[in-house]
Amino acid sequence: MEDTGIGLWGVPLAIFSGAIRVSTPFIFVSLGESITERSGRINLGLEGTLVFGAMTAYAIAVMSNSPWLGVLAAMATGAVFGLLHGWICKFPKVNDIAIGIAMMQFGLGLAFFLGKPFIQPVAPHLPSISLGGWSNYPQIQSALNINVLFIIGALLAVALWWAFKNTRVGLILRVVGDSSDAARAMGLNPDTVRLLATAVGGSLAAVGGAYLSLYYPGSWNEGISSGQGLMAVALVIFARWNPIGCFLAALLFGGAGALGPALQSVGVTQGYYLFYAAPYVLTLFILVATSSPTRSLAGAPGALSITK
Amino acid sequence: MIAHIRDTPLPQAGKAVGIQTIGMTMRFGSFTALDNVSIDVPAGTFHALLGENGAGKSTLVKCIMGFYHQTSGSLSVDGREVAVQSPRDAATYGLGMVYQQFTLVPSLTGAENLVINRTHVPAVINWAKERKDLAAFMERMPFKIALDRPVRELAAGEKQKLEIVKQLYLGRSFLILDEPTSVLTPAEADEMLGLVRGMTERGELTVLMISHKFHEVTKFTDAVTVLRRGKMAGGGLVKDLTTKDMAAMMIGDVKLAELDTRLPVPADAKPILVVSDIRAPDRTGLKMIDIGSLTVHAGEIVGIAGISGNGQKELAEVLAGQRPADAGSITVKGSLYGATRQETRINNVRFIPEEPLNNACAPKMTVTENLAFRTFDVKREGGDALWLDMKSMRKRAASLILDFKVKTASQSSPIASLSGGNVQRAVLARELTGDVDLLIVSNPCFGLDFSAVAEIRARIMKARNAGTAVLLLSEDLDELLEMSDRIMVMSDGKLVYETPALSADISVIGAHMAGHH
Repeated sequence: MEDTGIGLWGVPLAIFSGAIRVSTPFIFVSLGESITERSGRINLGLEGTLVFGAMTAYAIAVMSNSPWLGVLAAMATGAVFGLLHGWICKFPKVNDIAIGIAMMQFGLGLAFFLGKPFIQPVAPHLPSISLGGWSNYPQIQSALNINVLFIIGALLAVALWWAFKNTRVGLILRVVGDSSDAARAMGLNPDTVRLLATAVGGSLAAVGGAYLSLYYPGSWNEGISSGQGLMAVALVIFARWNPIGCFLAALLFGGAGALGPALQSVGVTQGYYLFYAAPYVLTLFILVATSSPTRSLAGAPGALSITK
Repeated sequence: MIAHIRDTPLPQAGKAVGIQTIGMTMRFGSFTALDNVSIDVPAGTFHALLGENGAGKSTLVKCIMGFYHQTSGSLSVDGREVAVQSPRDAATYGLGMVYQQFTLVPSLTGAENLVINRTHVPAVINWAKERKDLAAFMERMPFKIALDRPVRELAAGEKQKLEIVKQLYLGRSFLILDEPTSVLTPAEADEMLGLVRGMTERGELTVLMISHKFHEVTKFTDAVTVLRRGKMAGGGLVKDLTTKDMAAMMIGDVKLAELDTRLPVPADAKPILVVSDIRAPDRTGLKMIDIGSLTVHAGEIVGIAGISGNGQKELAEVLAGQRPADAGSITVKGSLYGATRQETRINNVRFIPEEPLNNACAPKMTVTENLAFRTFDVKREGGDALWLDMKSMRKRAASLILDFKVKTASQSSPIASLSGGNVQRAVLARELTGDVDLLIVSNPCFGLDFSAVAEIRARIMKARNAGTAVLLLSEDLDELLEMSDRIMVMSDGKLVYETPALSADISVIGAHMAGHH
């Protein structure tokens, strides 16, 4: 602790860098899911998509020696998973939540099966950008070493927020998500729109997986995900389907998740395991505080159903 | 091409087109919903389509709009036969329809709803330009609507106007209006129909209006077609027909249930329901409803008038125990009432909410089960029942179905498979059986046909005459005037006006409904 040179400032700094590091997969999965849910469908299978994306990205990066090729390959497989989910859900009386859970298990199992040979080899990592050159403290330099995917995710959040309001595709997505009848009345096919929205959502979730295997923690093994794919689905609801909200919620969640390790790093040894639960406690607390039994959930897509 | 799609908001007015159907027939399997119907609606006219529920009105307009493909028969637009395969095809000929259930997207703003409905929406929408165009377009629209608010925040009347505006914005020159005034105040309805009439007279628009209300038909339309059981039952110019002629064409020689003579309310009638100083948040959580004092006596019907969205729904929910009140008290027969099952049973309180299928039934459960909701958990000899007595449930359901003329394929069909009128009859059967001291009814006749309406009103009147206190919340002023002893007007969450129904002045009520008081 003496040799850090910045003392207790290490805690907020560690939370800051932790927030960025931990939040990146949440950002991609929740942005993807916000697109899917805005179209009126829930894809709970994103956990499976995420892990399969992590495996694909790692495998392709090992074989081609290009991490970006790995990311692209992950996106492609994510889209395939999304298409499969969307295609099954278009049949009448199919429940999207049940299919999502099945798809999650399918994705996990397939990833572990196909990923066995890639646990040993080492893949090239995704690059990061150093913004901390102005400081002499190595801690600050490393905290400001920001991964490229995080920056892309931040830009994507703003772009999606803008696109939901200002583009044809964005409006069509909201129409379909809010009222299938209205969509049909204007000649749109809700199933097709949802199919594509689920595919895009899947490919973004897979980017979140690629981040896990190619940046942080930066390796492929069966324990790579700690439920990011599922938590991100909850984040979308917490963020009220707003992409910028998703981004901020992911940051908050990442920051809370970094609390435990940060305290540990400055020498707090008692009960830091409790702080590992911080993100989940925080989510529960905020969800309870912001919900009301007498008001409807503002911003919820009308066609989003849990009782089809 | 006969007509090209007008795709951008045009500052100039459109030009009306006329339509004609020849021998339109639609069969669903062995059932003939529409049988050889030919109607002629020349350009620039206002045509009414009358008929009971199930008479084939909506089948006919769905064939015109391309939702259904007729079994035989043809459609002409401006004298040329056209093939309309889909609503999109209909749009290319300038045909548009305003549905009874809204097709606006609730979470989008009015402006977004208008723009996204165009055939060609630019990939990136330039909102600065669109707003300017919309403002110019709205200049020449008779309706003033806030376009920058999400549609879910608009009152039903505003939504209805926006639906019409949407069709005009899309450049339609032939409009089908499906019961357009069912959610409007009389003044609003008159205003809107007058403006639509003006557009037809100027040759900008042709209108085919589905309606149940004769006074609208006689006041605003040029000609009428009456359908009954899928066939043409008559028609002609409105000026040649009386209301009586039209009613006879519509219902044939069916005898309607008649209202019992209204017994006078005794001077010493006991107050049954007393509501004082109730305050509760509304659905948005932004506004409050605030009921100072409301009393309903035994043997009287108190009608609550108001445009939908002014707190009637919340009031009904508070009374039903579905919405907690922040302050105030409700007493029934002198004791505090919290709408628990126990209190409901002791005080004989019954409740018929609007849209009963969703609000008073479990849609997928059977008719028998739904009819037993009030009684399944008590033994015949009193006390809590542990086991369901299926046999007596079935017996009771059978007698209620017979008694209230509920049409159902079987008493073990899911109640969702019944038509709207029959669901309403079933709920009425459940709620009006046994001793009823207080009945709270919300829009009981919305969307039902003549015979169902007459039947339901007669039942409620009978209950009143037997000493039930009735609180009737309705958006239909005619219904309130016919049924109520006293009428109160609800506006912006408050009761703002009270009048005995006998001496009620409809224009004063209308003004209070619209908030001018």
